[in-house]
Amino acid sequence: MFLEDRYDVIVIGAGHAGIEAALATARLGCKTLLATLSLENLAMMPCNPSIGGPAKGNLVREVDALGGEMGVAADKTCIQFRTLNTGKGFAVQALRAQADKRMYQFFMKSVCENTCNLDLKQLLIEDIITENDKIIGVTTETNETFLANAVILASGTYLGGRIIIGESIFNGGPNGQRAANKLSDSLKNCGIRLMRFKTGTPARVDGRTIDFSKMEIQCGVDENQNFSFITETPVINKAVCYLTYTNKRTHDILKKNLHRAPMANGVIEGVGPRYCPSIESKIIRFPDKDRHQLFLEPEGLGTQEFYVQGMSTSMPADVQIEFLRTIPGLENVKIMRHGYAIEYDCIDPLQLKQTLEFKNIAGLFSAGQSNGSSGYEEAAAQGIIAGINAAAFVKNTEPLILKRSEGYIGVLIDDLVTKGTDEPYRMLTSRAEYRLLLRHDNADIRLTPHAIRIGLASPERVEKFKTKITEIEVASNKLNETRITPCKEINEKLKSVDIGEIHTTMPIADLIKRPGVTYEKLRKIFDLPNISRNSAKQIEISLFYSGYIQKQSELADKMLNLEKISIPDDINYNLIQNLRFEAKEKLSKIRPCSIGQATRISGVSPADISVLIVWLKSIPKK
Amino acid sequence: MKQGDTISAVATAFGTAGIGIIRMSGENSIAIADKVFTAMNNKSLMTAPDRSVIFGHVKDANGEIIDEAIVLIMRSPKSYTMENVVEIQCHGGVEALRAVLRRTFEAGARPAERGEFTKRAFLNGRLDLSQAQAVLDIIQAKTPTALKAAENQLLGKTSSQIKKIRREILKIVAHIEALIDFPEDDVEDIVINEIDKKIELQIEEAQEILNNQHRGKLLREGLKVAIIGKPNVGKSSLLNYLTQSERAIVTDIPGTTRDVIEEFIDFRGIPLKLIDMAGIRDTDNPIEKIGINRAVSYIEDADIIFALFDISRSFSDEDSRILDLIRNRQVLILLTKSDLPAKINTMRIKEYSKEEVIPISIKTDSGIDSIFKFISKKIEKDSLEMSFVGNERESIILSDSIKHMKEARDAIEHDLGLDFVSIDLRSALELFSKLTGESVDEDVIDEIFSKFCIGK
Ligand SMILES: Nc1nc2c(ncn2[C@@H]2O[C@H](COP(=O)(O)OP(=O)(O)OP(=O)(O)O)[C@@H](O)[C@H]2O)c(=O)[nH]1
Ligand SMILES: [Mg+2]
Repeated sequence: MFLEDRYDVIVIGAGHAGIEAALATARLGCKTLLATLSLENLAMMPCNPSIGGPAKGNLVREVDALGGEMGVAADKTCIQFRTLNTGKGFAVQALRAQADKRMYQFFMKSVCENTCNLDLKQLLIEDIITENDKIIGVTTETNETFLANAVILASGTYLGGRIIIGESIFNGGPNGQRAANKLSDSLKNCGIRLMRFKTGTPARVDGRTIDFSKMEIQCGVDENQNFSFITETPVINKAVCYLTYTNKRTHDILKKNLHRAPMANGVIEGVGPRYCPSIESKIIRFPDKDRHQLFLEPEGLGTQEFYVQGMSTSMPADVQIEFLRTIPGLENVKIMRHGYAIEYDCIDPLQLKQTLEFKNIAGLFSAGQSNGSSGYEEAAAQGIIAGINAAAFVKNTEPLILKRSEGYIGVLIDDLVTKGTDEPYRMLTSRAEYRLLLRHDNADIRLTPHAIRIGLASPERVEKFKTKITEIEVASNKLNETRITPCKEINEKLKSVDIGEIHTTMPIADLIKRPGVTYEKLRKIFDLPNISRNSAKQIEISLFYSGYIQKQSELADKMLNLEKISIPDDINYNLIQNLRFEAKEKLSKIRPCSIGQATRISGVSPADISVLIVWLKSIPKK
Repeated sequence: MKQGDTISAVATAFGTAGIGIIRMSGENSIAIADKVFTAMNNKSLMTAPDRSVIFGHVKDANGEIIDEAIVLIMRSPKSYTMENVVEIQCHGGVEALRAVLRRTFEAGARPAERGEFTKRAFLNGRLDLSQAQAVLDIIQAKTPTALKAAENQLLGKTSSQIKKIRREILKIVAHIEALIDFPEDDVEDIVINEIDKKIELQIEEAQEILNNQHRGKLLREGLKVAIIGKPNVGKSSLLNYLTQSERAIVTDIPGTTRDVIEEFIDFRGIPLKLIDMAGIRDTDNPIEKIGINRAVSYIEDADIIFALFDISRSFSDEDSRILDLIRNRQVLILLTKSDLPAKINTMRIKEYSKEEVIPISIKTDSGIDSIFKFISKKIEKDSLEMSFVGNERESIILSDSIKHMKEARDAIEHDLGLDFVSIDLRSALELFSKLTGESVDEDVIDEIFSKFCIGK
């Protein structure tokens, strides 16, 4: 064994989680090693070339607000943008973009290469080394040892990866990569429980063989929006996507070949995600649907490869080409890469604290798909938190735990470590109980103060943030101070900008509570400061929806009281007689850190919680 | 640790003197009491001295008097729970007590959970450590079957209805959430008018439950006790005695009572509806005949029958007719006028009933205790109090959920966007789940994935 070097933090895997983790630790002054199987594939998007969407877009904004890189990279390298859910309520609006996969990777690689304290190395880590339940380093395939105070596992779907395309099965990571086969055993030897998950991806086809004239064009929309709060230039739409549908013939071919589907014949053991079903499982589960939609999405500007969104499959190669060719526009299509299913090991996230550190191994953190989540955005979100907390661990400072009412990141991590997951976990707006508070427009207001406190916000970000906060404050005060009384003059003034008459004395802030009244409109007739569009929007949203927002804030505050009652690490639930058996079991396994967290464990009843509160009160204070 | 919210519950449902006490504990209990209660001297309770006793009235939201009451204020920390505690003593019987309890909920208190006053007392350091175990026992009390039955009166009868409403609302929420979380998937669009109608329908359903069944029938109406016996055995006398009134006319003429007299009483904590009626006999008098027919139908409807036999007269055909009527019924046999020399041969009666036969006299006050024992054996007093609170809690939850469903319709009307409709409906679901014990988050997500074909 050869001692190669010593680091503060080692990050295993340079995917979306690993990159954010490593950038965070390096930026926070920790000497960091970012180890990846292949430097060519850093920040790879092995699945769809798309970033954002409902809840996921909020995650990107939150990562950005904390000083992460994903939003900046997406703004720089994406080639089509759309704002989704525009008609459904401002809280669920989200930005989604098509990425140029190669450009995204190049951008991220160059950011990593130009970050101080960060070493980028192509290495296959095979072992983690622990001593007295504490991590001390890792060993590579080539028998080098790197010592570190903290290690972040961000191994994605590479752990024990197995690729399945119909009857062909081989060991490997996504996209023709190697798998990391030995690390799983090393983790198990350290007493870590693993689960086996599955996910899949569709074929990539040759753009030159697609007849786009038979498909519907999906253009981007020129949005005056970015993922990152520090991006200045507006995004530019440079590419389009195409929409088409399957038909009866497609379904017949799939049905005829179902016996060859790996998930039907028992080849796949892993649990797949419900929100990402393969086309063959869609046919089985929704037999009445006579067509399924699919999008042809460019993988980038400099390539002819198109991603067939909606057609995830692990059918044999001959079936893949046969069913694709039944689809309008794809009659002569050529496949460039086959769709496949991938099975992989991930850790049971119930073993983690809310900091993403393992409960039983000090200094070992885990983030991303190896925690049982899915998606680039979910990975990045965990990555930056694991990074921040690994740095806090190294420096012995306070960790960052985001509350559920503070961010989708808080919901994501709390769900994973409290409820666990039995399928790859995807962020959904429906998982957040306070989603009016967790809007994508206010991610900076919610989280950038953390970044500033920790030291992860660049001077540019700090400056922008402070300007915005000041603008909002000054303008809000002005809106509340300016009071108007009903009289002919005022009502005529209002009428000039299409605002209805007033009948009582009120601050002009109240006018914004009426539909259609904007800050800009009021500025035309009242003396108000000129502020940025984003600041004005913040003011409008918080006034117009104040009732609803107030209600959710109150609920969140109530919950917070329970979060504040902490449960000591060494509590022995078996000693608490009045807890029901199921509650004792669950609580012993998950070991929540607060009463609030305990309430979210399924199988723990309100009566159990009461018992727990009383019990905590009855143990003598140390 | 101070608990933020204020809890309210019936402390003693029916005191010996016909007084029911409602107890509140929490930061705002005095403010809440101040909202529902108007003192005789019109002074605000907020400034009332600690431990003072104040006379006045509990009024409803419109200012109408619900009940005459006495309020006792115990300020933190000098109270049982060490929080601000207010006790409202009511005099108007069960209905008024319920109404006052409801008023406290309307004014911002929430129904107390089982053992919660004690729990708070403990958490606030009022009880010592050795009492912790006792508190834990209360919280996770093993419920006696009788209690359980009483508590679940609402759920037993209507849980399937509530579950149905919940399902319908869940379907709507899942559809909206599917559209929100998967806007680019092939999820069919929502026709907002249809959703609106569906919600309206569920509001009606919930309202129906609330109107008809939400109150434990037993408690709303009391335990129905039919007093039967041949003419002149002393039925009306017993009623008057128990109600401490001259409600029924008493004479020594057989056939005095012609109509049915119902009187609601609090019999040492047990709500009873006493029903006195015409003595049963063969008669040619058409009015008396109608009375007797009516009496028979009331007997069928009663929860308990007091069958009276006159100790001072011999057993007659009319008495055997009574025995026929009470066959297979929950019955208490009373031998009246036990102060007079006994002439009756009780053989026939004892043959008929295995239960003990209780001699009573209202002239000498004897036997009344035995009646009480008999009834409390039949109905556990505790179970009544629990179901009283339990049902009230449930009806509050139900009416709150209706409020949220109405808010969802408002959101539709004001075109706020689907998100808000969903948020309001989820609040309603959250409440239904309190009644049915299901979890919302997982259910919505399960429903999304089982109903809609979603995915890349
Ligand atoms: N000594 C004695 N007399 C009683 C007692 N209870 C009732 N009486 C008398 O019995 C007579 C009949 O009493 P009621 O109460 O009117 O009898 P009832 O059963 O209602 O009679 P109807 O209405 O005619 O069916 C009255 O004169 C009462 O004073 C008792 O406990 N002791
Ligand atoms: Mg009578």
